[in-house]
Order: sequence, then C-alpha cells, then structure tokens
Amino acid sequence: MPSFVITEKCDGCKAQDKTACQYICPNDLMALDRSIMKAYNQEAEQCWECYNCVKICPQQAIEVRAYQDFAPLGGNVIPMRGTDSIMWTVKFRNGSLKRFKFPIRTTPEGSIDPYAGKPEPDYSKIKSSGFFNAPAKAE
Amino acid sequence: MEKETCTFSFCQKPEVIEVETDLLLIGGGMACCGAAFEASRWATPKGLKVTMVDKAATDRSGAVAMGLSAINTYLGENKCADYVKYVRADLMGIVREDLIFDLGRHVDDSVWLFEEWGLPIWKKADDGFSLDGFQARDAGKAMLKDGGVPVRSGKWQIMINGESYKVVVSEAAKAALEVNRKATGVAQNHYERVFIVKLYKDANDPNRVAAAAGFSVRENKIYLFKAKAMINAAGGAVNCFRPRSVAEGQGRAWYPVWNSGSGYALGMQAGAELTLMENRFVPARFKDGYGPVGAWFLFFKAKATNALGEDYCVGENFEETKKLYSPYAEKMGTAIRNHMMMMDMKKGKGPIWMNTHEAMAELATKMDAKRIKHLEAEAWEDFLDMAIGQAGLWACKNVEPNKEPSEIMPTEPYLLGSHAGCAGFWCSGPGDIPGTPKEWSWGYNRMSTVKGLFMAGDVVGASGHKFSSGSHAEGRIAAKAAIALILDEPNFKPTISKSNDEIAGELYLPYEVFEKYKVFSTDPLINPNYIRPKMLQARLQKISDEYFGGISTWYMTSKTMLTEGLKLLEMLKEDANKMAAGNLHELMRCWENYHRILSVEAHARHILFREESRYPGYYYRGDFLAINDKDWKCFVNSKYDAEKNTWELKKVPYVEIFA
Repeated sequence: MPSFVITEKCDGCKAQDKTACQYICPNDLMALDRSIMKAYNQEAEQCWECYNCVKICPQQAIEVRAYQDFAPLGGNVIPMRGTDSIMWTVKFRNGSLKRFKFPIRTTPEGSIDPYAGKPEPDYSKIKSSGFFNAPAKAE
Repeated sequence: MEKETCTFSFCQKPEVIEVETDLLLIGGGMACCGAAFEASRWATPKGLKVTMVDKAATDRSGAVAMGLSAINTYLGENKCADYVKYVRADLMGIVREDLIFDLGRHVDDSVWLFEEWGLPIWKKADDGFSLDGFQARDAGKAMLKDGGVPVRSGKWQIMINGESYKVVVSEAAKAALEVNRKATGVAQNHYERVFIVKLYKDANDPNRVAAAAGFSVRENKIYLFKAKAMINAAGGAVNCFRPRSVAEGQGRAWYPVWNSGSGYALGMQAGAELTLMENRFVPARFKDGYGPVGAWFLFFKAKATNALGEDYCVGENFEETKKLYSPYAEKMGTAIRNHMMMMDMKKGKGPIWMNTHEAMAELATKMDAKRIKHLEAEAWEDFLDMAIGQAGLWACKNVEPNKEPSEIMPTEPYLLGSHAGCAGFWCSGPGDIPGTPKEWSWGYNRMSTVKGLFMAGDVVGASGHKFSSGSHAEGRIAAKAAIALILDEPNFKPTISKSNDEIAGELYLPYEVFEKYKVFSTDPLINPNYIRPKMLQARLQKISDEYFGGISTWYMTSKTMLTEGLKLLEMLKEDANKMAAGNLHELMRCWENYHRILSVEAHARHILFREESRYPGYYYRGDFLAINDKDWKCFVNSKYDAEKNTWELKKVPYVEIFA
C-alpha cells in the first residue's frame, strides 16, 4: 500500500526546513514539490507501508492506498498515534469498521536517561564476557 | 567498453567533509543502537569518540522501523546450551556455536533495558490469560528483570506492544551518543541521511580498515569518516531476487525493502572473509501482505493445512523428505516445513491455508465475551505492530481472521543473518567457551578477518535467530570489544592513500555519467550510454530469479545454471560502471543496487561451491539434491578481492561444542 498525500490537507510543513514525512521515511521516498509546497511519494514501488509518514504527519495529510498488484480497492487502515498509545481504524471494502487501541510506551517521550543508576565500567573486565552494567548468564 | 571516470567535468563537485573519530558505527538499526549505548559508556571516561552514521532517521531506521509484535529471543528461564541446539537444528546443523552461546548469555540484559526504557511487555495474569503492557503495569506486575512473567508465544519468544519499539531504543542510543559528544567536545557525532558506499584500508597496514566514505542524500556533500575501529551493522539484502509482486507491490517485501545488501558489500570490498553465504531465508508468510505467522502458529496455535484440510508435514511427504534429508527432516526446522509445503503445492493441493478461524474458535471456547474481544484485538495487533499492509489487505479482501482462513505461501529469497538465516561474515568469537577451536577467536569478539572491522546483526555469519533483541545485544558485544582494541593500540592513526578528490570521484561517478550523456536522447530514461538504478535492479532480479533458484524455478538451480547466471552477473557488474543518477536519491539507489549485486554474487558462488542441497525448502541444487553430511557438514568460507575481482572459496570444518 504506497502512501499518498492528500492535496488539500498538506501544507508542506511550511514552518520547517524540511517536511516531517521527508525527515522520517526510512527509504527516502517522500519529496517536496516546491512549486506547490506539497509532499509526494516519489517511488511508490519502494514503499514498505511502514506508515511512519502517516503517523508523523502533523496535518494527517498522508494515508496509504493498498498495492494494486494484489489488493482490491476500498479498504484502508488509519492510525492516530499519541504519546503513550495508538488508535487504529480499519475500514473494510464492505464498509464495516474495526477500532483498536494499543499501548506504545510506558514512559514519557524523551525521558530516557540511559546511564542513570548504572555502574561505571570496570576496565579490568573489558575483555571478559558481560556488559558494563551486568554479567553474562552463566549457563 | 570504455570505462567511465568522474573528473567533475559535468556534475558539480561536492564538498568533502572529513570526520575523525575513534569508533564509527555504520547503520542505525537495533545492532548499532546497542553499540551506541555500550560503546559510549566505555569510551567516554577515556576520552574516546563514538560516531554513528545512518542512511535514514534513527528513530525509524533498520528492520524494526515499523515496529514488532514480539521479541523473538529472550532466554529467561531457559539455558544457553538449549538455545544453541534450537538454532543449530533450525539452520540445518552448521552454525558457530560459540557465537550463539555468547549471544544467548547476553541477550536478556538488552530486553530488560527495553522494558526499563518504556517498551510495553505483555505479562501473564494470575488466571493465566495475557495482560498487555498497560494492564500489566496497572495490575502491579513485576518487570522482567525482577521476575515478572512474560507471555511466551514460544519457548524463546515473548509478546510486546511494539509499535514504538525502535523509537524507544533509538531514544536511548541517541541519549548515549549525546553523553559522549558533550564529554569529547565534538560538534556532531550522529549523522542521519548519510549513505556509506565504501570502506578504505589503512595506508600503512593493508589488513586494517581506516575509513568509510559516503554521501549526504540531502546536500551536495561527501563524508569521509576516519576511525580506529568500525562496527558494520548495515543490514541484510532484500529485493535481490525477483519478488512475487513485481509492480508497486514489490515494496511489500517481507524484510525491509531498504536493506540493500550494504552490510555485505561494505565488508566484502574491504576483503573480510564470508561464511555460509549460500544460506538464504525463504519465509512462508501470509500471501502478498507478508504478515507474520509466528504468533499465529505459536501463540494462537493455528494449524496450516493444504486446501483439502490435510497436514502437509506427515505421511507420504514426510517419508519422501526423510529419504533425502534425514536426520534433519525429523527435526522439522523451518526449511523442512517449507519443503513439504511446496511438495503439496506442486501436487496442486494448494492454496495452503493458515486456519486462523479454527484457532480462534478453539481459544474462544475458554473465554467470555470480553476476553474474546481482547483476543481479536491481539490478533489484529500482531499485524498492526509490524506488517500494517497485511491488515490493509485483510480489510480490502473483507477477511476476518476469526471467520475464515488466510493463504500462506513461500516468498522470494532473502539474505540475512539475524532472523532465521545465517549468511554473513566469519567473525572472531569470545574465546572463553570450552571446546571452541582456538582459531575461531583472534582477540576481539565479533571482529571480522579485517583488523578493526567489527560486525553485528544481520552480517555476522553462522549465527542466526538473534532477531531484534539479539542484534541489540550483539552490537553491544562488538562495541565493547572494539573499544578494547582502540585502548590496546592508542597510537594507531588511520591513514588512507586515496585523495579526497579520488574518493569524491568514485562516489559521484553515477552523477557524472548522467550529466555527461543526458541530453543525447530526448528521453533521459532511454539512453544507450548508461543504466538507471531501476533497470540495474530489474536485471539483477531477473538473473537471480532465473539462474540462482528464485521463485520462477521453485528455488531450483545447478552448476550449469549458476555458471551461466554468473556470466550474466559479471556483465551487470561491469555495467555498474555506467550507472546513472539524476539526483541524490537516485545516487543512493545506484549504490544500493551495486551492493545488492555484490551480495548476490557471493550467494551464487557459495551455492556453486557447496555440492549438496543443505537448505531444502530454501534452495535446491538439482545436480546434488540430497544433504551430504559426509562431504559437506562444514562451513563454506570465501574472500573477495575487489581490486582483482577474484574469489577464493574453501571448506572450514564444523565443530560441535554442545552435544
């Protein structure tokens, strides 16, 4: 299902130096047409449908349309990602709907302090098994 | 044909930015995120610099970019030796048991960190049913490290709410890098959207890696990273073979479509020794959408059958399979089950069904309405966390998994070493596991045969079934060892013999070629002077598929087919000198496809060398259809000489450490 950008909703992330979808796409697919200041997917056949552009778009301007090689028209899946959960709406070809909500993280975004409460490394053990913070399992 | 060179007569010359660091992490996936966390802790007090370079945005890069619904390697109550035996059985008997044991004894600490950082992990409720990450927290269930009981889908797997798995792991890695950056006073140590093309050896030590060169996919800049050690964790190789969906659906690869073989190509070009590159993975997955089957088989206890409702792994199929593949057939590994599924498909007994509806009905008999609703959500979450396209396909086809079965099918082949495959580099082991041959350890854990070049994740050979958690842990193992090397040799100064202009010319050649010839024809897509990245990939996929055992031959190949295919591949490799890129995005696609070509060449040469069918269900040598333990229960290792374009292949004895 390649992602596509809804013309009316996309504002080209005009306040930013690059669009959110360009920033996040793992496969460098999202591009900005500067003549109209709208984003687009430049290489639909390289889209993994990871939905990262859909999830990050501040305008909710990006959706995904099923790969037409094998998917009949009419279904779609729309996420709404919050800070600790994600809501999904699944719309079937026959019009029926399903909604789900799942946890995504148990700590506030940006709160990770990686070494808080962790021991200093012991350089006498740098060539033994184990990590700086914990020994390896014995068996 | 005349060779093209880049003198910047046609394309704009980029700025070359030199970055000097101590440890360079190539990649931003699970392995390099683990490496960043571990390395920064060891490096910072000693004033050593750690730098990460990622071709994408680290929050959503690598194989876990979409998320995951399970962590497939968590030992918990299990023993490391049993983990070794499970991996060995699934990978048809030939693995590096020292590396696997080492992975097993380290992996749980990474899972504990993920939970500490905020990854929601399912826990077992007092009544035996499952609680999601929030329900478990609200019920006061203990963390895994404090004895909390996970929901096991299989012996080694635990269920998670993993939509933001990579975001969480990346946040910790970036914070760790920031600690190192502040302490060492550098302006930047995390580079996103920089694609590494090639590694360079040291001018004074021909077997030591010294630099990595890449380019920004956003600006006209080339980056040259000089480092005392590097960790290559640039992933496996996807879309090397012609996929089942050849139009826009080829993006829906089972493994991430952006895993372009860079991990293999970078090490190969530096001359690092490869092992088991003949191995591949052909997962049987939900047809077309490639949704995961693990949770369906293991957690929901669904059964796969042929269209007549019969188990394809018993009776005549099993007896026939034993004749060629005993004693491996009896172990019922993933390859063997694929083999028997295809036996039925060839008899016209398809489609093969995953009987989701029967499994859900069976589970529902023990549940009230509220629990049945929770169960349905669990089934959908499995896809929505990690293969959203499969959920979309179900929606488009009006499939409700509790009402009807879904088709499963073996995919096109993939090259990787962290999932259920083991193609990669020959790496030094930890050296402290009794029974390991001495020559399997040369000082620094996970270092390749090139000094200073460490490997982690998909590119460590003969050590599969690490998955996400194991890749993170392996990145940490490699990072710690790499820091040890850097501390041992404080006076090493990486130096390369090539000039910045020469390097810029190599990397920007496809740009120069395009600019030089683009006006020759009225349509820049059709031009006799060059090949565009899309066509480079299409030709590679066609050669792989037709000659090296892809889907179009039911994974069948032979000496004669491989030999002919390699001839065509050699010409494709020559044509890569005429790759043409119209912009930075295409420049990345050109080099990604070059990396795919090198990965496939290694794969084909290894299959040609190994005169047996070690991995039935993944590929077959029609001229040697059986497994031949007498002659081939061994590793196949190889070395590519990029300067001379020559290969050396050899057998390396397999040693069983855990009886």
